[in-house]
Amino acid sequence: MSVALMYAVTGLGLFCLGFYALIVQAHLLRKILALNIMGSGVFLLLTALARRAPGGLPDPVPQAMVITGIVVAVAATALALVLMRRLVETTGQPRLPGPDSE
Amino acid sequence: MAAEAFSLLPVLLIFLPLIGALLSFVFRRQAAWLGIATAVAIFVSAVVLAFSLDQSQRYAVGGWGAPLGIDLLVDGLSLIMLLMTATVGLGVSLYAGSYFHGKPQLARAFWPLWLGLWTALNGLFLSADIFNLYVTLELLGLSAVALAALGGSAAALGGAMRYLLVSLLGSLLFLLGVALLYHAYGSVDIAILGEQASAQPVTVAALVLMTSGLILKTALFPFHFWLPPAHASASSPVSAVLSALVIKASFYILLRLWLEIFEPLTPGQGVTQLLGLLGGLAVIWGSLQALRQTRLKLLIAYSTVAQLGYLFLGFPLAAAVGPGAWQAVIYLALSHALAKAAMFMAAGNIMRFGGHDRIADLDRVVQRLPLSLAAFAIAGVSIMGLPPSGGFIGKWLLLQAAIEAGQWWWVLVILLGGMLAAAYLFKVIGFAFTRAPVSHNASAVPPLMEWTALLLALGTVLLGLLASVPLAWLAIGSPLGTGAGG
Repeated sequence: MSVALMYAVTGLGLFCLGFYALIVQAHLLRKILALNIMGSGVFLLLTALARRAPGGLPDPVPQAMVITGIVVAVAATALALVLMRRLVETTGQPRLPGPDSE
Repeated sequence: MAAEAFSLLPVLLIFLPLIGALLSFVFRRQAAWLGIATAVAIFVSAVVLAFSLDQSQRYAVGGWGAPLGIDLLVDGLSLIMLLMTATVGLGVSLYAGSYFHGKPQLARAFWPLWLGLWTALNGLFLSADIFNLYVTLELLGLSAVALAALGGSAAALGGAMRYLLVSLLGSLLFLLGVALLYHAYGSVDIAILGEQASAQPVTVAALVLMTSGLILKTALFPFHFWLPPAHASASSPVSAVLSALVIKASFYILLRLWLEIFEPLTPGQGVTQLLGLLGGLAVIWGSLQALRQTRLKLLIAYSTVAQLGYLFLGFPLAAAVGPGAWQAVIYLALSHALAKAAMFMAAGNIMRFGGHDRIADLDRVVQRLPLSLAAFAIAGVSIMGLPPSGGFIGKWLLLQAAIEAGQWWWVLVILLGGMLAAAYLFKVIGFAFTRAPVSHNASAVPPLMEWTALLLALGTVLLGLLASVPLAWLAIGSPLGTGAGG
């Protein structure tokens, strides 16, 4: 159980780290990476918690969820990257426009 | 036999838009016709479902059943949301058919995305488990972001990018909550979770994570910062969809979770009062910001921020007088959907006609578009909460709940919000009564675009006159608990 717990805590750590980077970093690529790290944190937590009974077989349902989650994350990242490129082409800056520059 | 056929309607409501999206992607030249035909078919199925449903109904997709398979569930709450989506969706589809006429590039991208978004919405309202809710929420977010970016201007791209980041953050917080709930109770089914959930620390953590993720997506004050740029810079049919429907989806999930899973926890008065306080601040702050705007679409977008605030007043009131208070909130959400879609469409007509949406220069435009101005004004009546309109009924029920709960401060918020709404809406409507020289080159607005806006606006009046019908539908399967029956 302690190994699973360690993975779970690592997952939570990754989630918090990604969250911090998402807020602090201004570059859009870093923000997108940060969201991916947060996602990986959640997936790690899910797989870790899948070992419910010590010594028993792992629960397959969370693993199915993780696979679905990865598919969603890939699609979301692709959309984010395309949007970022379009934004760079239009404004010349890989950053979010300020609130008053509309 | 007939009953069996009716039980397939929920499945049909998900598959119709999905098939429409695929077809309109493949047959690009006929996309508009395919889209409108799909919209009519969905509307008809939703109405048939409304008249055939007499109790909540569960459908096990593929025959797998609850713990493993994906179940669809229709009760009064889902039904009302499906009908709202079908009505606004039909209006938006008719409007978009004219709006994108002669812009094949945009039309090609719009129809598959819009029908995909509709699939996600219907799937979301029919989901019976929290993981399916996560998937549909993500599908909804991604298609909404793509639609918001459709315009291609720097403002639209920036708004869409911010929207995407916020939306993904919200979904990840929600997913973390799903993981915790699954770990604690070994199920993702809402009904099973509702039976088993108890006030453990892990449940509280899930409650906090999921609620924060969802209020971020619902743009509750102070997390509303992303909404005005994304909604105002999108093209008009898209603004209508985002403001009227997409925002309501995350609120629906929040409501579902609180009603069924987190209700036995009876989270302390502090939590519900805090959510109500944020809602009240949203009403006042959003209205004040709307009053300050110089662009029509930004004004309407800030008005959405304010109107979303009312929905959150349901939390403290439901905690005090029981789940019946949600009736008022759902009625407000319903009339806001119709009114806000009509307003964004009217704004789209004004922009099409005059080429701009600067409020100060609107006087030359609005007098030449009487139908669109009428649509804006009638929708405005519902937003202000004046009779006879759905907005009036919703606010009336909300005021009743506030007085019954003895929490007079919400009464003040509701009244002040109504007055502020009147102030910012008359900034626009007032132009109908000033004289202005009719000059500059104007481009014609197709009558269909004007009539759809007007019909949706008249829908809010209908909601005000026929309040008992939607309330009876809402009571099917008593999703709000036993107290909501009458």
